[in-house]
Amino acid sequence: MKARVHVSLKSGVLDPQGEAIRHALGTLGFEGVEGVRQGKLIELELAQTDPAAAEAEVKKMCEALLANPVIESYKIEIA
Amino acid sequence: MRAAVIVFPGSNCDRDMQVALQAVASAPVEMVWHKETALPRGLDLVALPGGFSFGDHLRCGAIAGKSPIMRAVSDFAHAGGHVLGVCNGFQILTETGLLPGALLRNGKLKFLCKPVPLTVKTSASPFTSAWNAGDVATVPIAHHDGAYVADPETLAELEGEDRVAFTYTDGAPNNAVHDIAGVLSANRRVLGMMPHPERAVDPAHGGTDGAPLFRSLADALVSA
Repeated sequence: MKARVHVSLKSGVLDPQGEAIRHALGTLGFEGVEGVRQGKLIELELAQTDPAAAEAEVKKMCEALLANPVIESYKIEIA
Repeated sequence: MRAAVIVFPGSNCDRDMQVALQAVASAPVEMVWHKETALPRGLDLVALPGGFSFGDHLRCGAIAGKSPIMRAVSDFAHAGGHVLGVCNGFQILTETGLLPGALLRNGKLKFLCKPVPLTVKTSASPFTSAWNAGDVATVPIAHHDGAYVADPETLAELEGEDRVAFTYTDGAPNNAVHDIAGVLSANRRVLGMMPHPERAVDPAHGGTDGAPLFRSLADALVSA
């Protein structure tokens, strides 16, 4: 089964890359973009077939490596 | 003092660190590949060099932080060993949790490569004892991800315990919080810093303001 992990900077952490994207969108004429936050999408192919077990395993991967809990939060989707 | 420099794929300041430790601190230095699972016996200092370990994939220092040798480096630090992390080495130390906080992309998104003045905030450490608090040392920076961040409680703890080793004298060029350039562990034996003292130890480098760091280590670890 597949798992998708969305990693993003925590809300209090400044995201200068997101700000640069917002600025570029404004330059292209897209108005009303009040904020941009950039993150990462990590897709995993898992041998596990049980969704609950897969989610528990991916949560461990997030805590160990995929996200840095000091600055990032993550969301897991199992499909 | 006996020292080891850890070498990761993508390290590029490992030789500079070796030369600085040999030339200024008169230390025998062993180079240790990241796949090793044990450190050489009898070490006083482990240095994590600058560079772009594992191509900065995922996060700077994240993959190196999980290298086999880092478990041994953590054990060494927890047993009271001295560890110096410069630039990518600092990022690796925060990723492994040996130092608090994290290092984010520079505020203006530019790679910064230039000498900057640093204020030595404390002389009470084995890395900074050859300076007086308040001294200014000009040392090069060369990084894209050097904006130090930590939550307010951590910052209060670092500042309350005199654990900020260096700040950027003229304000942080990378948007580091409280202009922090280097921090110490609670036992003051682990130092992480973004600037490169090993690139300022020989007149041919354009300055020798980084040399006191290595002299401090030589003094602190001479009888160890």
